[in-house]
Amino acid sequence: MLFAIYSLLSAGLFAVLDAGDVALTEAAVGAGISTILFLAVLALTGHEERPARGKNRLALTVVVATGACLIYAAGDLPEFGEPGNPPHVHVAPYYIEHAYTDMGVPNMVAAVLASYRSIDTMGEAFVILTAGLGVVALLSVPPRRRRHKHKPGKSEDDS
Amino acid sequence: MRTNGILRVIARFLIPLIMLFGLYIQFHGEYSPGGGFQAGVVFAAAWILFALIYGLDAALEVIPERAQFVLACLGVLLYCFVGLLGVVLGGRFLDFYPLLDSPHAAQQTGIVAVEFGVGVTVATCAMLFFTFFARRKREIDAAETGEDD
Repeated sequence: MLFAIYSLLSAGLFAVLDAGDVALTEAAVGAGISTILFLAVLALTGHEERPARGKNRLALTVVVATGACLIYAAGDLPEFGEPGNPPHVHVAPYYIEHAYTDMGVPNMVAAVLASYRSIDTMGEAFVILTAGLGVVALLSVPPRRRRHKHKPGKSEDDS
Repeated sequence: MRTNGILRVIARFLIPLIMLFGLYIQFHGEYSPGGGFQAGVVFAAAWILFALIYGLDAALEVIPERAQFVLACLGVLLYCFVGLLGVVLGGRFLDFYPLLDSPHAAQQTGIVAVEFGVGVTVATCAMLFFTFFARRKREIDAAETGEDD
């Protein structure tokens, strides 16, 4: 649920920033399909989490250290919307100036995705197909009979 | 959920609209925000809503599983085919200019065709995800009840 709300909020943020395509994607994928798939997966899992034994201090240290590094690095990020930022000086000006004369397509995002960068998009399509086939391959295995094995273990824990 | 009148009426009203919106952002993607990916997801969302209300079996009668597999592959193949067509007509791979005489029309045709391929693949893959996760629940239940006997 929180993920869906988060996605919807970021979709609103993208819409405010005039990134219509990204906002539409975020709303459709993040708030729509992901939530449904999350719910479908949650319906498959058990209702109770297995209690974790002990405290993993090493994991905590790694997470805190990585987080501290990221926060420190965030200070060096270029300022938002600065015209001299790296993404704005490479190929973007060419696309902005030539997309309409090259393609006659008003939506620059579609022109970049489908024509200038069409091999990338083909890779994306293959990634999605592969993901679909992966899910099919994983979930085609008949389910193991789990209850039988866990029941003795559970009684041990209780006693 | 088939018996809940409110859900059924609302879904009946909404599903065609969602599908129409999906088709709109599919074929209007070059003029307004949208494109194959978003359109595919929106179209699949309509089908998933249908499956949630009327049950997975009814939904699989509309778009059978076999059709989902075939369409998922056909979408990607359409993309590659358009790319190869450019090579056959004397250009480079995924070069849309040789497709038609007018350069703008050629680009637009290529973009629409390619986006349609992406849309079909994305829509059917999202449907496949949902189908397999939803069916898994039933399989697990069947395995567990089979054991209790």
